[in-house]
Parts: sequence; C-alpha cells; structure tokens
Amino acid sequence: MAVDHQQVAGPAAPGKPRRRRRRRGGRAGLAPVMFLAPFAVLFALFFLLPIGYAIYESFLKVHVSGLGLGPSSTTTVFAGLANYTQVFSDPSFRQGVGRVLLFGVVQIPVMLLFATVLALLLDSVVARFKRFFRLAFFLPYGIPGVIAAILWSFLYLPGLSPVVAALHGVGFGTVNFLGAKSVLWSIANIVTWEYTGYNMLIIYAGLQAIPADLYEAARLDGASEWKVATRIKLPLVTGALVLTAVFSIIGTLQLFSEPQVLRAVTDDISSSYTPNLLAYTQAFTDNNPNYAAAIAVVLAIGTFILSFGFLKLVQRRGARMGV
Amino acid sequence: MAVSTAARPGAKVAPRDRTRGNPKVTRGSILATAFMFVCAVYFLLPAWWLIVSSTKGPSTLYGSEGFWFSQLHLASNLTGLFSYDGGIYWRWLVNTLLYAGVGAVCATMLASAAGYALAKYEFRGRQLVFSVILGGVLVPGTALALPLYLLLSKVSLTNTYWSVFLPSIVSPFGVYLARVYAAAAIPDELIEAGRIDGASEGKIFRTVALRIMSPALVTMFLFQFVAIWNNFLLPLVMLSNTRLYPVTLGLYTWNNQYGQAPQLVSYVVIGSLISVIPLVIAFLSLQRFWRSGLTAGSVRL
Repeated sequence: MAVDHQQVAGPAAPGKPRRRRRRRGGRAGLAPVMFLAPFAVLFALFFLLPIGYAIYESFLKVHVSGLGLGPSSTTTVFAGLANYTQVFSDPSFRQGVGRVLLFGVVQIPVMLLFATVLALLLDSVVARFKRFFRLAFFLPYGIPGVIAAILWSFLYLPGLSPVVAALHGVGFGTVNFLGAKSVLWSIANIVTWEYTGYNMLIIYAGLQAIPADLYEAARLDGASEWKVATRIKLPLVTGALVLTAVFSIIGTLQLFSEPQVLRAVTDDISSSYTPNLLAYTQAFTDNNPNYAAAIAVVLAIGTFILSFGFLKLVQRRGARMGV
Repeated sequence: MAVSTAARPGAKVAPRDRTRGNPKVTRGSILATAFMFVCAVYFLLPAWWLIVSSTKGPSTLYGSEGFWFSQLHLASNLTGLFSYDGGIYWRWLVNTLLYAGVGAVCATMLASAAGYALAKYEFRGRQLVFSVILGGVLVPGTALALPLYLLLSKVSLTNTYWSVFLPSIVSPFGVYLARVYAAAAIPDELIEAGRIDGASEGKIFRTVALRIMSPALVTMFLFQFVAIWNNFLLPLVMLSNTRLYPVTLGLYTWNNQYGQAPQLVSYVVIGSLISVIPLVIAFLSLQRFWRSGLTAGSVRL
C-alpha cells in the first residue's frame, strides 16, 4: 500500500511526500485520537466500567448485624470468593445452567440445520418464488423478541390458541404447550421461529459470495444438485456457519426475555429458570445485588469461554482438514 | 430469478442444461417449493394470527376461529389502544423512536469514526484498542444490563432516559464492521489527494470517507437498531417510570396485567401489531444491506 502512494504522489510533485510525512506526524497525528475518542470514552464508561464494577461488587457482601433494622445495622464487607463459591454450589444456578445447555444442544443444531437447508434451497436452481420465500423466512426477525414471545404465548394458551384448538380437532387431545416438561421446547420453538431466517440470511450471503463458475463446471459434468450443495457449497460457507453458531451460543446462554414473558401464562417457569433470570431475581426480588453481580460475572465469563472455545475448536479442525 | 438467468445465456447452453436436468429438476423443484411453502406457513402464520386477532373484540378473541376474521372491532380497538391510560401508547412509540432510532443514528456516527480511525491511521496501541473492542462484540447486551444497573444506581442515574440511551449508543460490532469496510473500500490515495488539496482530516472524513462508507452505515444502523429494540433487559432493570418505557416494555407490563383488566388483551394484540408494522416494512425493504453486512462479517471469520 505504501508503495502505491509513492508511485502516485512521487512523479506528480517531488516535494510533496516530505510535507505529507510531516503533516502525518503533526495534525494527522491527533486526528485518529479525535475520531476514536467519542466512542472510546463511551465504551469505557458504559462497557468496561460496568464490567469492572460488577466484578468489584461480586467480591463484597452485605453483613447484617443484630436484627438488621436501621441504617447502621448493615455494613458492606469484603467477602473474597464467597459469592462465587455460593454461585457454584447453588442448586438453582446449576439447574438453570443445565437447562440452557440442554436447550442449546438441541435447539442450536436444529435451527442451524433448518437455516442451512433453507439457504441452500434459496441458492439452488430448483426452487421457485425465491424472493417471496426469502422475505417470508426473514420476517420474524423484524419482530422483537418480547413481542414474538407475547405472540407465541397467545398461540400456546388453551382457550385462545387456534393451534391448540386445531390439534384438538384432529384428535391430539388438549396439547399442553406450557407444562413443566414441554415449556422449554415451546421456548425453543419461539427462538427457532425468530432466528432461523436471520441465520439463513447469513448463510445465504455466504453462498451468494461463491463465484458461480466454481460449480458450473461440476454441474455440466452431471453432478446432482445435492452433490453440488454438499461437496462444494457447504464447505465454502463454513465461516458463515461458525458465525451463526457462535451468535447462537451467546444468545442461548443469555436466555431471558422469552421465559420471562411466558411466566405470565404458566407457573412452570420458576424465577430461576435460566441463569440470567436467577441473576435478575437476585438483584430485584431478593435484593441481593452482590450475589447477582457474581452470577452475571460467571455467566459472562462462561459465555465468553464457550463461544471463544468453539471458535478455536473449529479453527483447529479447519486447519487439520486444510480448509 | 431462475427464469431470467436461464434465458440470458445463448441458445447453446440453455437447451443442454434443460435436456440433462429436466426430469430430475421438475420433481425436485416441486418438492423443494412445497417444502419451502410449508416453512413459509410456519413463519407467517403467527403474524397472520396477529393481524386477524387485532380486528376482534375481547369476546370474539376467545370464542371464534383464531385464524379467521369475525366481528370487526378494529376501530374500537384502535381508539381503545391510543386512549388507554391517558394515551400512554403514543408516548411509548415516541420513546422507542428515541431509544432505537436516534440511538442507532448516534451509535453509527460514533462507530464509523472509530472504525475509520482504526482502519486508516497508524498509531501506537491500535491493535490493542481493536482487540478490546472485538472482545466487546462477544459480550451480549443482556450480560451488561445488570452490571450497568449496579453502576448507574450508584450515581443515581437509573430511571432516566439517559440510563437506557447512553449504553445503547455503544456498538463494538459497528466499529468492527466500519473498520472492515473502510479498510477495504476507501483507497489511501483518495485520502492523500484530500490532504494535498489542503482539506483537514475531519473534512476528509466527512466528505470522502463517509460517502464511500454509506452502504456500511446503513448496515450498522440496522444492526444497532435491532440490538436496541431487542434489548429488553436493559429498560426492564433501569426504568420504573412507565412514561419512559419503550413500547416492548410497555406491552410486556400490559401483558402481565390483563388478569385485572381483560380489555388489555386486545390492546396487547393490536399494540404489538402496530409497533412492528413500520419495522417489518423497513426490514424487508432494506434486506440487501443485511446481506452485504453479513457477508463482510462472515468472510472475515
């Protein structure tokens, strides 16, 4: 790149390059700071500082002396790792983590497989009405998670839901979408409904970026559409698939709004149903912000390790396979 | 699409293609289209239910066939929605526009300047700054909401517009997109030419860089708009004054109250519909910007 400048600027004006260099050291030297500063200040204040403060809070504990009445009876003391040991031994935290992991292990592969199939179909020559289908699949992503959850809660509610009524009509009995066993999968359905189209679009964008002549030759040699899809297209969109998987892992571990909304229509979602819900309850209902901070920190670190670890795992395997 | 591409190449290619693939393609294409049709029904049916239900009164909402119209109550639902609790729904719409709309504009401006600086200037610590911001991409908004609450409650800033607005305008992913795009799309020669002409660095950024980056700016705006609009936990923990709520939080509280006020079911239904209509239209018509931004994101990984 630097060579290019010299070639462009050099012949036109021999005296210019030196002046340019001086300028870059002076006025331009401050320019990147000016461009970066507004974002950097806000990033530090509303991103780094809260994380730091949450970590700090997570090492503290409110100590109650006497009967706990009056302002002087509580003192905040350093608690070391006590909040963290409590997090890891808290059965409701463990259950919540187990629940979101089970959710992720089932829901993420199903959703990504679904999204991949739809993207491949949209990209293939066999499908018709592609524009309409692409819009239809993407539409749910335009509906915010809370409203999608409210909408589906109506569709799960016996008496209101035409789905329950229709299933009853064809002889399934009264299907309970909101029972203790089924409600996790009802949430999985909401998440799948919302994000399949979005993930499909990421994969589809990857497919569209592949130059068509790469598989035109294979097609002319008589390779089936299926072979073209699995042998040529899929390996080339691995990057896009990894991206969707990482975003899905992050989203799953942070699961909050869907279960929180569904709590309005079912008693089978406890106040500690997911780790995030537990942190919320601890902070606002149980008035235990230090413990909530520890949960939030553990959850953030866990999310980071899982998504980062997944990235590394895929990269290493990719290197071994020579992708 | 398929028709036009098949017709465009010369007569030599098209017939060969057709003779070879014809019997297989027809059966396959019927199956594929049928499958996609079933999927489309799955994705569209809830939206259809929402449209149908928003025209029903509270009584027919429960009694009638859910996927079809019965007794048009659209007008009374609308007047009810907009007048309930002193017309607070209006207020929520305006708030949403402020948080998500104005917020996304601010986030895009901040992120584009930062991404441009990271892409086009050499300075010490550049890589470190970029790595820290990139780490921020992996920290989701929900993970940050509680720490933000703890911090802002310490300085008594909770339950204000700022408590939701300011955290929303920080978009590490936007910086990442802007950097990738600026590095690839803005030629150094153009910046040099501007400098030789005596333009200030700020002017070069405003007149040259921003213009070239405009497709990426739309993508960044969209991403951040959705991120703010979807971040439910942040306003939930920050705000207790209902007049500061975004529409999502408002509908959520109504949804929790309809045990006491049955007419709220209808308002939640039609309120949900109205709040998503402009968004869905904007989304679908700006779809190509999603694709371009997503390509930039996934190619880099």
